[in-house]
Amino acid sequence: MAALMAGFGLYTHAIVRRIPASLAKEALRTSEAEVDVDKARGEHDAYVEVLRTRLGLDVVDLPADESFPDCVFVEDAAVVCGDTALITRPGAESRRGETEAMKRALKALNLNVVEMTDENATLDGGDVLFTGREFFVGLSSRTNQRGAEILADAFKDYAVSTVPVLASLHLKSFCSMGGPGLIVIGSSEPAQKALKIMQQMSDHCYDKLTVPDDFAANCIYMNLPDKGHVLLHCTAEQYPESFKVFEKLKDYTLIPVSNMEKVKVDGALTCCSILINKKGSI
Amino acid sequence: MTTEVGSETEVKEKAEESADQPDQSEKATEETQEVASAEGEEKGKEKEGKGISKFLPTWLKKQKSLSQTSPTKEAALKEEAISVEKQEEEGPAPEVNGLADEVPEKEAVKSEQLKEKEEKPHSKASTDTEPAKEEKVDESVEKSPEETKETTEGQGVEEEKKEQEGEVQGEGEGGGGGEEGQTSIFQSPLRLVRKTKMKLVVCHVTLLDGTDFSCEVEKRAKGQFLFFKVCDHLNLLEKDYFGLTYKDNHEQTSCLDPMKEIKRQIRSNNWQFAFNVKFYPPDPSLLSEDITRYLLCLQLREDVASGRLPCSFVTHALLGSYTLQAEFGDYEPDQPRPVDFMSQLNFAPSQNKEMEEKILELHKSHRGMTPAQADAQFLENAKKLSMYGVDLHHAKDSEGVDIMLGVCANGLLVYKDRLRINRFAWPKILKISYKRNNFYIKIRPGETEQFESTVGFKLQNHRSAKRLWKVCVENHSFFRLNTPEPPTKPRFLTLGSKFRYSGRTQAQTRTASSLIDRPAPRFERTSSKRISRSLDGAPMISITEAGRDSAENGREHRLDDSKVKTVDVSPGDVEDTSAQSPLRVHVDNIYVRHSNLMLEDHDKTQDEVLKHQASISQLKRSFMEAPPPSPPQTNQWEKRLTSSPATAVRVQQQQVVSEPHAEAAAAAAAAADFTISDTKESAKTAEVEIEETVVIQEVSKATKPALITVTTDSPASAPTDQETREPEVTVQEEVAVPKDAKAAKQESVSSESESEEEAEYHPNVSVSLSHTQIPEEKEEEDKENEDETAEQNMLAPDVSSHQAETSHPAEDISGGVVESQKEDMKKNAENEKEGRETEDSTDDLMMTPEETPNGVALSEEAVAAHVEEEPEPRINGEPRPQVICYSEPPVVKTEMVTISDTFAAQKTEIATKEVPIVHTETKTITYEAAQLDGTGDGEPGVLMTAQTITSESLCTTTTTHITKTLKGGLSETRIEKRIVITGDCDIDHDKALAQAIKEAKEQHPDMSVTRVVVHKETELAEEEED
Repeated sequence: MAALMAGFGLYTHAIVRRIPASLAKEALRTSEAEVDVDKARGEHDAYVEVLRTRLGLDVVDLPADESFPDCVFVEDAAVVCGDTALITRPGAESRRGETEAMKRALKALNLNVVEMTDENATLDGGDVLFTGREFFVGLSSRTNQRGAEILADAFKDYAVSTVPVLASLHLKSFCSMGGPGLIVIGSSEPAQKALKIMQQMSDHCYDKLTVPDDFAANCIYMNLPDKGHVLLHCTAEQYPESFKVFEKLKDYTLIPVSNMEKVKVDGALTCCSILINKKGSI
Repeated sequence: MTTEVGSETEVKEKAEESADQPDQSEKATEETQEVASAEGEEKGKEKEGKGISKFLPTWLKKQKSLSQTSPTKEAALKEEAISVEKQEEEGPAPEVNGLADEVPEKEAVKSEQLKEKEEKPHSKASTDTEPAKEEKVDESVEKSPEETKETTEGQGVEEEKKEQEGEVQGEGEGGGGGEEGQTSIFQSPLRLVRKTKMKLVVCHVTLLDGTDFSCEVEKRAKGQFLFFKVCDHLNLLEKDYFGLTYKDNHEQTSCLDPMKEIKRQIRSNNWQFAFNVKFYPPDPSLLSEDITRYLLCLQLREDVASGRLPCSFVTHALLGSYTLQAEFGDYEPDQPRPVDFMSQLNFAPSQNKEMEEKILELHKSHRGMTPAQADAQFLENAKKLSMYGVDLHHAKDSEGVDIMLGVCANGLLVYKDRLRINRFAWPKILKISYKRNNFYIKIRPGETEQFESTVGFKLQNHRSAKRLWKVCVENHSFFRLNTPEPPTKPRFLTLGSKFRYSGRTQAQTRTASSLIDRPAPRFERTSSKRISRSLDGAPMISITEAGRDSAENGREHRLDDSKVKTVDVSPGDVEDTSAQSPLRVHVDNIYVRHSNLMLEDHDKTQDEVLKHQASISQLKRSFMEAPPPSPPQTNQWEKRLTSSPATAVRVQQQQVVSEPHAEAAAAAAAAADFTISDTKESAKTAEVEIEETVVIQEVSKATKPALITVTTDSPASAPTDQETREPEVTVQEEVAVPKDAKAAKQESVSSESESEEEAEYHPNVSVSLSHTQIPEEKEEEDKENEDETAEQNMLAPDVSSHQAETSHPAEDISGGVVESQKEDMKKNAENEKEGRETEDSTDDLMMTPEETPNGVALSEEAVAAHVEEEPEPRINGEPRPQVICYSEPPVVKTEMVTISDTFAAQKTEIATKEVPIVHTETKTITYEAAQLDGTGDGEPGVLMTAQTITSESLCTTTTTHITKTLKGGLSETRIEKRIVITGDCDIDHDKALAQAIKEAKEQHPDMSVTRVVVHKETELAEEEED
């Protein structure tokens, strides 16, 4: 059925992109960390493998483009909800070109593609949190009000609320959905403050799962047939305390995914894929 | 007991009648009279209905007592109480549909009858003169002087009328008693019409399916009458979600107020209406009947097709497919529709071939779905849309940025463009108010926040601010309130204007729906008509939005008229007019407060005090910062700041002065106080603004919303009224006048109460000011203000008129004073009035003793305005639990009384304590708690206690002033307590005083008593009056 807002977490396809060698040196980052491209590629391969093999998604694997060091973080290039895909206008000038390949891929999937052409608008997909009932858009260094407006226009069915993001790169740098109505949130003050804002702005009640590490709050939730609740989250090696929190989730298929290298260039788990549900679409 | 009832009844009537200014006032008076009589005879509300037939010579006193009593009661919820009562009346009705409906109609009928009767008396004629009556009414509205006369006459005639009314009522009651069917109700009005040969008007109502429904209604019929007719036609039982709308003069769609006469709302002679959804049920599946869902579907289809309810391409297609299924059944490939079939149907604002194909494709998948199922699916999807049930209003934020305010079942949403930038759930909102074109919400502090904050928005104009405010009130009432329990109800909404939501709440309507026991009615789905029409561009349908907006305009207009009337009247008959005017003024602002505020003040710890200060400073800042609203706010703020000290001074003066001219001085002082405050306000504000505040009690910790009695002092003498009535008179004049009055009088009784009131109620004060100013504004701005005033007037008029009639010139004078800009006049008048008033008050007080026990003291009375004020307060206070004070600028008597329920216990205590002294006689105990916090406005916490004991000829006023000044804060916190004991000479002043001080110390151990003023007044009424 094509019921509105049905099947949160149900995905059939995933779009990912390979890591360019330029990632190590040229990818944007908020820290000075050195990135080992090989390690990063290893992690990414494992990540894609989980999506493809373990979860059975149809993975669209886009080739890397050396001219776009950050291109692996496909999440920022588009926002897909239902069968509508909004091609974003990334806040970082150097990343604007990433959307071309994304647009082609989305069109190939027969999605209703909407482009953000307003030159005053910027939007990174990493600032967009879709809860199943509504959108929260972080207003960050990468995303502005106009970008959020265009997103609201693209997804008219849903409320789109803005949340100021000051202390981190993206809204989803410290939060994500851990299930229907469950927001995983970091424990830092900015994260908690943002959560408060989201709760206030919403007509819906959300449960929250607080993890000690902000970055660990970025996880990937899916609700797949035959697999139930699936959660891709941080490893014990990377965030031991947060890992313990995830371990306590019941009735979940918990899949720790290593993300030690990509995090150095601010890449979180959700950043590396765009998840699409083609079955439910009308 | 009786008194209570009476007050309630009055309130109800007022509320209902608010729409009709002139009529209402008259009615109110009549009602009051009736009530009074009823009290004398019996209690019962029941009598109310019948009560019309009763008249009492003593009504004046009784009325006063009533007013006092009402405040006293916990109910005190004045308007709310009223509404509640109404609801109760309705609610009790076992029949799902009906009783409620019937009751209102009955009432309406009664009112109509009353009106007619009243009119008749005026004309001295009988039914035959009906047309003439109508004309007169209209004229009266326009021509104040005539009206005044009429009113006075009306009162005189009232008795006669009452007799007539009795008959009419009898009929109504008969119908009501039967309560068997709506029909009976309907019939009664019709009968009346026929008897009276009332003119019938043909109303055209555009239904949701696009068809027109025409019916005849009496020209004076209330909105409800027409609405029920339409519902009958539609066979709709769950009608509370729906309403009628019309286009006002500004081409804006407004809700037809069911409780007001249609004629007074539509203004133009365009009897064209539309039937629309007013409240979108959050979960349509909970509706009982398919027909209700069907109608909701029709509305939503229109909303979607017009773009009012935005949705995505996919959703458009999905909803369209359900529409097809519901209207045309299964997709039949064998019977291909004409090529342009789909394009003739309007599904979306931007409909294209692609969408139509998608719709057809989806339609195929719905095979086997019944129309009802398709409708249900449609609603299941539509309800999830983020803008479902959101009523948008254009506004600007404090920085002048264009935003949209969306009112919905859950609260208030703030949008900038399409983005939600803020949200205020109903439980988070403590108070909703508007002032001029500013709209304010006071937010409950969050977990980590210490202070309440007030958020202001600027609307396009006063009218839109009021519309928004009303919509908020209605939505909050409908969706958040459970049962309209009478007294204690923590209804969130208290309306400054009379306005309140008069229908059933969602909870009630659900209950009623669950009782629906009839076979599912058959109905024909004719949506296609509408769809095709909509393509044609039938504009009528767009009403939905307007509907949400509610009929502010209508009310306003009405109010305006009434106000105008009053104004006019005053010139003609000073006394009468004045009396009415004050009343009106009073009504304007109603603040519902959390009694907690008061308690906080009392019990405040150092921290709390600091908080207070902080909040105050915050308020200050907010006021200062708020660009547009700043002037008024600032004024208020200043007032508060200034007022308290000033008051103190005044008080001192009073002490000195008072003794000499006991009564006069006191009265003058009181007047002065009010005046002063008013003046300040006026000066600051320059413009009169009417604020309507809705306090949401849900949040409140207080068990009961404190009863706040709104006392409006309309001290102004008749002459003043005349002046005031000159709408164009500038505020400056008014201001000046008050000042002069102060100076001249010097008695300057500094009404502490005012100061207190100011602090908490400041907004109210402003309101009162607005009254005075209102006339000006009216002319200048919109009629809305007038309306508000009118509303107030409506309430007040009765009392005032009674008083006036009763030969209580004082009241009238007072009213006049308020209005009157001339200080001299006022002063003299006030003095005279005061004296008179005192007498009156005494009488009232006598009446009130019963009330006193209740423990609710009216600050108003305390204020010194005692007598005069009382009448007003009664009016005001009756319905609303929380007191709203109106300070009328020039008026000597302005007071606001705030009583917090929460403190009921305290009150009682206080009352008891004080009572002993006064108890025996009529005492009016006014307990005012400044709502320091609640308002957030300014004044830190001021607690006032005032007792007024009035005997026939003597008034003793004891005032205790407790001032506490805290250092270290940005602001000074003063807690004032005022106890006014007015009574016969018999009163032991020393004893009373001692007790008062003792109490004060007990209550505020950490504070010192800085002033004790004993005021002894002798009635002067005889001197000047008349």
